[in-house]
Amino acid sequence: MASIQYILKRLALMVPTFFLVMVIIFLLVRFLPGDPATAIAGDRASDADLAAIRDRLGLNEPMWVQFWLFLTNTLQGDLGRSILMRTEVVDVIFDRLPTTAFLTLYAVGLSIAIAGPLAFVAALNRGRWPDNLIRTVFQVGLSMPVFYIGLVLLTFLGAQLRWFPVGGYGEGFWSHMYHLFLPSVTVALYTSAIIMRNLRSAIIEVLDAEYVQFARAKGLPDRLILGRHVLRNALISTVTLLGLSIGNLMSGTLVTETVFAVPGLGRLMLEAIFARDYPLIQGLTLTFAVLVSLVFLLTDLFQSSLDPRMRLS
Amino acid sequence: MNNPILEVQGLSTTFHRGGVTLPALRDVSFNVGKGEVLGLVGESGSGKSVTLRSVLGLARRYGEVTGQVRWQGQDLTGLSEREMRHIRGREIAMIFQEPMTSLNPLLTVGRQLTETLKAHTDLNRRARKDRAIEMLDLVGIPAAASRLSDYPHQFSGGMRQRVMIAIALAVGPQLLLADEPTTALDVTIQAQILDLILKLSQDMDMGVILVTHDLGVVAQTCDRVAVMYAGRIVEQGAVRQVLKGPRHPYTVGLMQSVPEGVAPRTQLYSVPGTPPSLAALPQGCAFAPRCAFVSGPCAAQRPELESVGEGRELACFHPVEALDGVASKAGAHPASSPHMTEESAA
Amino acid sequence: MSEVTVNTTSNAPKRMTRARLALAKPGFLLGCAIIGISTLLALFPQVFAPYDPNFIDYLAVRQPPSWAHPFGTDSLGRDAFSRVIHAYSVNMQMAVLATVFALVIGVVVGALVGYYRGIADMIFGRVVDAVITFPFLVLVIAVVAVLGPGLINMYIAITMVGWVYYARLMRAEVIAQMGNDYAAAGLVMGYSDRRIIFRHLLPNAITPVVIYWMTDMALAILLGSSLGYLGLGAQPPQAEWGVLIAEGRNFITTAWWLSLMPGIAIVLTGLGFSLIGDGLADLLRPRG
Repeated sequence: MASIQYILKRLALMVPTFFLVMVIIFLLVRFLPGDPATAIAGDRASDADLAAIRDRLGLNEPMWVQFWLFLTNTLQGDLGRSILMRTEVVDVIFDRLPTTAFLTLYAVGLSIAIAGPLAFVAALNRGRWPDNLIRTVFQVGLSMPVFYIGLVLLTFLGAQLRWFPVGGYGEGFWSHMYHLFLPSVTVALYTSAIIMRNLRSAIIEVLDAEYVQFARAKGLPDRLILGRHVLRNALISTVTLLGLSIGNLMSGTLVTETVFAVPGLGRLMLEAIFARDYPLIQGLTLTFAVLVSLVFLLTDLFQSSLDPRMRLS
Repeated sequence: MNNPILEVQGLSTTFHRGGVTLPALRDVSFNVGKGEVLGLVGESGSGKSVTLRSVLGLARRYGEVTGQVRWQGQDLTGLSEREMRHIRGREIAMIFQEPMTSLNPLLTVGRQLTETLKAHTDLNRRARKDRAIEMLDLVGIPAAASRLSDYPHQFSGGMRQRVMIAIALAVGPQLLLADEPTTALDVTIQAQILDLILKLSQDMDMGVILVTHDLGVVAQTCDRVAVMYAGRIVEQGAVRQVLKGPRHPYTVGLMQSVPEGVAPRTQLYSVPGTPPSLAALPQGCAFAPRCAFVSGPCAAQRPELESVGEGRELACFHPVEALDGVASKAGAHPASSPHMTEESAA
Repeated sequence: MSEVTVNTTSNAPKRMTRARLALAKPGFLLGCAIIGISTLLALFPQVFAPYDPNFIDYLAVRQPPSWAHPFGTDSLGRDAFSRVIHAYSVNMQMAVLATVFALVIGVVVGALVGYYRGIADMIFGRVVDAVITFPFLVLVIAVVAVLGPGLINMYIAITMVGWVYYARLMRAEVIAQMGNDYAAAGLVMGYSDRRIIFRHLLPNAITPVVIYWMTDMALAILLGSSLGYLGLGAQPPQAEWGVLIAEGRNFITTAWWLSLMPGIAIVLTGLGFSLIGDGLADLLRPRG
């Protein structure tokens, strides 16, 4: 198991990264043409509102003071007020977060279920027809726009056949599973194409590895070679790949939520953009960054618990 | 040699890669007797490793293998993968060149040792563990009992090679295929590992095919030697005879690249030129383009491997008679890169 | 079983060069054909499109495919076929303009930090960490949100984020190449840094970057049409595949061809670029 030391070290490494993340998010809104206060408060804000925002953001202070204010406010959990929702940005985000988390995990599960076995079949039949067929299908899948897949599934399985709901999130676990099935499939079709491709080459690499050759030379049955020697190593690759693809996955989630009207963070982001709700855009951008780096962290920990070479003695 | 345990007859292995046909092995024949150590030498790509993999049935997964591999009278090439598994690891074992990559990094050494025992013996869990400790002890790993739960990366290169030997020999095979077992190791460790293999071969009365590109190693360890070039055996015989009086110009070239009794700071000899591409082998003798004795028939016709008495075989139209005459002819090309000799400095 | 060396002196009856091997691959040829045709359509849409893509005909609204209108007409009576063809201009432009600046900036920055290392490289490392912490699309649409929707702003946004990925790849390649003998030889020979970087390192390190570029062009079309669909990229009435799908989405049960045809166009061009990328990878990458 990964040691406390390792986790602490890994967390320490995230500090400078997050400092820069904050700089990027801070600068984003400073690039706004015109007066940031007006932009942030919206066109219909009163002078008092504007003054309050100027004060909170320190717009009359030098840039670094403004950044310091932004940083300390954020660390205290104050992301400002959303114009669109007329409430605290933090509250809005925490309200929507579970939906997106559910959808993402669901999609991850489906991606593995689709890509894993097929990658194995392709790798074991390298160069023969099952491999070529699987690769061609996924090659096409990789070129398919997520929103179009979503649209087709939504229309035909949702609106026409009425097998699945055409939007919403539902109440309770099984209702979530039901409501988010099509959105998850949409995201998973795309991400599984990425994972399949990389996993196939990872498995081929393991199959050709000297230690698998040696296992074969020892006279081990195929079942054991695959189950013990190949699968375990391929699992590490899968987890790493999934971790690295989390950005792609969330991008897909964002589009899919919009297509299926799923009340998650991605749809909220688009709403915020059209409403020019800058505090909300900032808060959501930060939230996505936090989610991605959390996944990176978990991936690392999982990997180090599987791979003895990465364990700290 | 009395009663060979392994008789290889006309073994050919062909790989197909992206529309190109690579004849990696052509018409290779040799025998190994009980407890005998056969050296297989040649440059990289000459087919030494492919020979071992073809014997053990590992090559047919990647290419086409024809010919006969008679193991104690039984032809292995006709066996199914399932039947082959009972031979592999139990009767014929193999160790690889890279101890760093040949052990699974995710499994403990103990696990990798006992899984072989489990596949081939009826020993129970306890007995397997005892046997594993015994094997690690046998190959010279200190505090063997406490190291079973260690992972490969916790061992040094030499120790890993010892672990690999322990795994390979755990079930008591009668033949060990050793694919350049010392190439990846430090010079001082190389000698130790070779000694270990030799000692175990004598103790267990086990035959060994030792693949190497180092004639020095052959001289020290082998009973007989087969020299390979471009997928064929070009010369074979008892080590003492072949090394004392090499007949094939290529063997002569290889021998001159062994830095023995050379004055310090003299340039090392290496065979001039590079081996031919397997995808574009010459019609005649594959060595002809690099040979100092080449003549008309060499380019047009391939010399067959034929017996030249005293258990020696040779494939050459212009056998070398005495070493002295060659040194002045073939040795006229000083090496531009002492590539081979550097590695064989042991 | 090491790399087989090709002997130049021996006569080789069936010798095939890498280039021929790659050309013999049907995938690579298919990719070239798709992208070739797409480029033609993009350059001369008026030659191939029978109608003006923005010509509105209220008398011929949402017609099914016919000889006159192969892909039918949309809700304003515009010829769907002509709109898909004219969209080639915009979407192919996307593949180039959304990637080429990122490519150039990334290659230069990556080569410099990879060559000089030091503090600049450390800062660069942190920037990469920070940027890959954002999902690509999130950062791009955040930038679009600030700059405002539209094609030009979309290119700026994608470039601002995308260069990091090229730079990271380039840096890694340059560092790998620096380990090779010829770079060290250049240093010993006393060549100028500029000469070493641009004459020696860059040509050797650029191969994986070019392969990635092909994939990235496919991604740029996907991304650009996604933004178009979401209303953040190309703006209606401009003919762009994402926009066309968005326009057709309400009629997907009654006039499915309106959204299907631009969808197919996206898949085809994306496929074309990735097939070329795969072919180039086989062609340029040394393989053992």
